[in-house]
Amino acid sequence: MKQLQSILEKDSFSRTISSIFSILIGLLFGFIILLVSNPTQAVDGFLIILKGGFSTHAKGIGQVLYFATPLILTGLSVGFAFKTGLFNIGAPGQFIMGAFTAVYIGVKWTFLPAPWHWIVALLGATIVGGLWALIPGILKAYLNVHEVIATIMMNYIGMYLANFLVKSYIYDSKKALSMNVADTAVLPKAGLDKIFYNTMGTTKDLSTVNCGIFIAIIIAIIIYIILNKTTFGYELKACGFSQDASKYAGINDKRNLVTSMVISGMLAGLGGGLLYLSGGNGRRIKVVDVLAIEGFNGIPVALLALSNPIGTIFSAIFISYITQGGHYLQTLNFVPEVIDIIIACIIYFSAFSLFFKDYIFRFIKNRVQSMEEKKQERLEDGGEE
Amino acid sequence: MEYVIEMLHITKEFPGIIANDDITLQLKKGEIHALLGENGAGKSTLMSVLFGLYQPEKGTIRKDGVEVKIKDPNDANGLGIGMVHQHFKLVHNFTVLQNIILGVETTKNGFLKMDEARKKVMELSNRYGLMVDPDAYISDITVGMQQRVEILKMLYRNNEILIFDEPTAVLTPQEIEELMKIMKELASEGKSILFITHKLNEIKEVADRCTVLRKGKYIDTIDVSETSKEAMSEMMVGRKVDLQIEKAEISVGAPVLEVKDLVVASKQGSKKAVNHVSFKVSKGEIVCVAGIDGNGQSELVYALTGLSSIEGGQILLNGEDITRVSVRHRNKAGMSHIPEDRHKDGLVLDYSLQDNLILKKYFTPGFQKNGFLRFREAEAYADKLIEKFDIRSGKGRETETRSMSGGNQQKAIVAREIDLNPEILIAVQPTRGLDVGAIEYIHKQLVTQRDEGKAVLLISLELDEVMNISDRILVMYEGEIVADLDPKEVSVQELGLYMAGSKRGEAR
Ligand SMILES: Nc1ncnc2c1ncn2[C@@H]1O[C@H](COP(=O)(O)OP(=O)(O)OP(=O)(O)O)[C@@H](O)[C@H]1O
Ligand SMILES: [Mg+2]
Repeated sequence: MKQLQSILEKDSFSRTISSIFSILIGLLFGFIILLVSNPTQAVDGFLIILKGGFSTHAKGIGQVLYFATPLILTGLSVGFAFKTGLFNIGAPGQFIMGAFTAVYIGVKWTFLPAPWHWIVALLGATIVGGLWALIPGILKAYLNVHEVIATIMMNYIGMYLANFLVKSYIYDSKKALSMNVADTAVLPKAGLDKIFYNTMGTTKDLSTVNCGIFIAIIIAIIIYIILNKTTFGYELKACGFSQDASKYAGINDKRNLVTSMVISGMLAGLGGGLLYLSGGNGRRIKVVDVLAIEGFNGIPVALLALSNPIGTIFSAIFISYITQGGHYLQTLNFVPEVIDIIIACIIYFSAFSLFFKDYIFRFIKNRVQSMEEKKQERLEDGGEE
Repeated sequence: MEYVIEMLHITKEFPGIIANDDITLQLKKGEIHALLGENGAGKSTLMSVLFGLYQPEKGTIRKDGVEVKIKDPNDANGLGIGMVHQHFKLVHNFTVLQNIILGVETTKNGFLKMDEARKKVMELSNRYGLMVDPDAYISDITVGMQQRVEILKMLYRNNEILIFDEPTAVLTPQEIEELMKIMKELASEGKSILFITHKLNEIKEVADRCTVLRKGKYIDTIDVSETSKEAMSEMMVGRKVDLQIEKAEISVGAPVLEVKDLVVASKQGSKKAVNHVSFKVSKGEIVCVAGIDGNGQSELVYALTGLSSIEGGQILLNGEDITRVSVRHRNKAGMSHIPEDRHKDGLVLDYSLQDNLILKKYFTPGFQKNGFLRFREAEAYADKLIEKFDIRSGKGRETETRSMSGGNQQKAIVAREIDLNPEILIAVQPTRGLDVGAIEYIHKQLVTQRDEGKAVLLISLELDEVMNISDRILVMYEGEIVADLDPKEVSVQELGLYMAGSKRGEAR
């Protein structure tokens, strides 16, 4: 018991626990929605969601990782900005601009040889994502325009501009999607194709997952190191916690703010590149007037991870997993819109219940304490007998 | 029943520290009861327990002899207990009136009955001489007025037991006089007051009894009229304290800081906050800027340290023109700064103590290599300062700064700034909120700086401090320096006249 208590005192432990608890609350809420919308199949439906990517075996797991890849990046984008005191709501815009850039380079710059082609395409996505965030950064630092307003604005500009650019330059009008990128621009599989496939007769049904997931994880680790081990991260966090104190300490708060916004945009932009450079059975850009959901989902991913870069890897995988589970609900006659609502509820409720993490945590701690007290009493009672 | 409030055998622990260890405090009706103890002794914690902010692990609280449970400030309010916190808790973009009625609004059909509330507030304000402008925004008023708002908040709620946590630390001597009067009046009306302060004069002046804490433990409760100040401070610190500073003869060297014709615009109105000010601070002297709060001292410091822009003039540091250079450049050139507002400027409250102690050094070769922080050096450095300046907290260098006691937060800032070993140390109220032992230590440090040939510019509202440690006094009045005095040749009364603007001297 004493040990348990001392573990409970640890910060990192309390954070993990509260994240897990929040997820449980989110799931509970999702179950309630299922019950309301379709009582007879609620239990089956819930099990399908829980089974998530496992429903379709190895390939399913591969797909979970594939869709987690952009979420890790947008989650890092939102979380990084948040650690430095900024609300980057602009991940959808940065994401889609990055995506367009990557696909454009992937389709057009065929003069580049194999590894360089996709590397340059990713770099392009990163740079354009960063540029897309540079504008709100400058507006905030030098004209005091709130970054939430500026980034939302940039989201819509990005969405319409990307639609226009895709239609003008890289449109496959037969499929009403962006064109396939050249093979040299497709991210290598890095051995993942040997793990994540299902066999159908004699053919292999490959998952789309590729080395993008490794890139995402490496970037998460790099961001963790930047934030926690470098003077640069020290400055950024100081600005995030207290702009006045940073200024007092001689930190250039305006430059830091812009840099932080740009890095955040670069992460989201890279996320766009990683999702769309995935070959024949991968995603392609749709020309629709909807903001990129991968961008918005960066917010709950970051919230659930409490903006911790390493935590982001796991929360992105969780959200991707649940989303995949949702797709399989269609086998049970759930309407797609209802599925979207259920999944969104689980995701957002998980994230928001974190706001009550202190309550949740105190509750657990009190439980442990009272358990210990009872045990003590029992011991004492035993002693008297 | 003799006691209105009894806190019996209260124990409250925080990670790594027992903030209150079996403490008993009994408050009589109509008395002013002082609470005395070193920084981090557990005074604020004990009061927060009474106000329902913390739940004690052990102990009971009785009101009028009946045991009560105080689970949150609402419970406390229900029992008539009100508190003015060490760091005020007001909503800055609300008006004074809105802040006062916040939480106890009276409504009619869902609409606020502001007129009635305003009438009641104005009545209270007139009756106790607590002058406030009900429609001013908190962000625009002085700390003194903010405090009056906090007091009105308690009175508006008809609180009978009033807790004042270091109310005088942020006030000017004049405001302190007023507050003492108000407290006495409240007590004579039968309200009971718990009063935390580090200033023994104030305890002598208003308090009936005084409870002394040391390192979380109860020492004694004494009758103030029967105990000398020396005895009280000895009880609290556990040794004799000597506030008279031994200073070597002054030997002034070359000028370090030269200010020429400095002009700073005022936030409100067209008057200049700092109006054509010129002065020099030389090696080996402590120059003090004295004045009543709000006469341009804060703006002067913000301009010197590069935190705000100036309208005209020139600032030289060791002959180098630093008028337009960055804050970082000034720091590297040898300027350090103990700021007026420790929470706003001086600390990143969410950082650990260690991270705050390296706030001005993290970028230097000793603390980073190729952009990576050198944690081992930072840890050793933090431990050194904690030891040297006796900074007390629950978890040492890893303590979250926000959780530290007010005085220990101040010590952390002072430690950091003095240890930079600056050419010029600009210290604004460096001993605000410190206990007598710590004040003694900090004063000695300032004098050591001076004796080592460094320059110190001290901004203080505390006349004792001004007279005690400065070598030269500049009096600031309405943005101008109206006198340049020698503390050995001027009396406190005379200084007061200069500060009030009724006398002007020749600037030397
Ligand atoms: N919320 C908290 N979490 C952890 N430790 C705390 C917390 N509040 C106070 N402490 C610790 O408890 C001790 C007592 O703090 P407290 O604020 O009561 O001191 P104090 O007597 O009011 O001192 P001061 O004169 O400096 O204001 C300190 O060591 C402080 O670090
Ligand atoms: Mg205190």
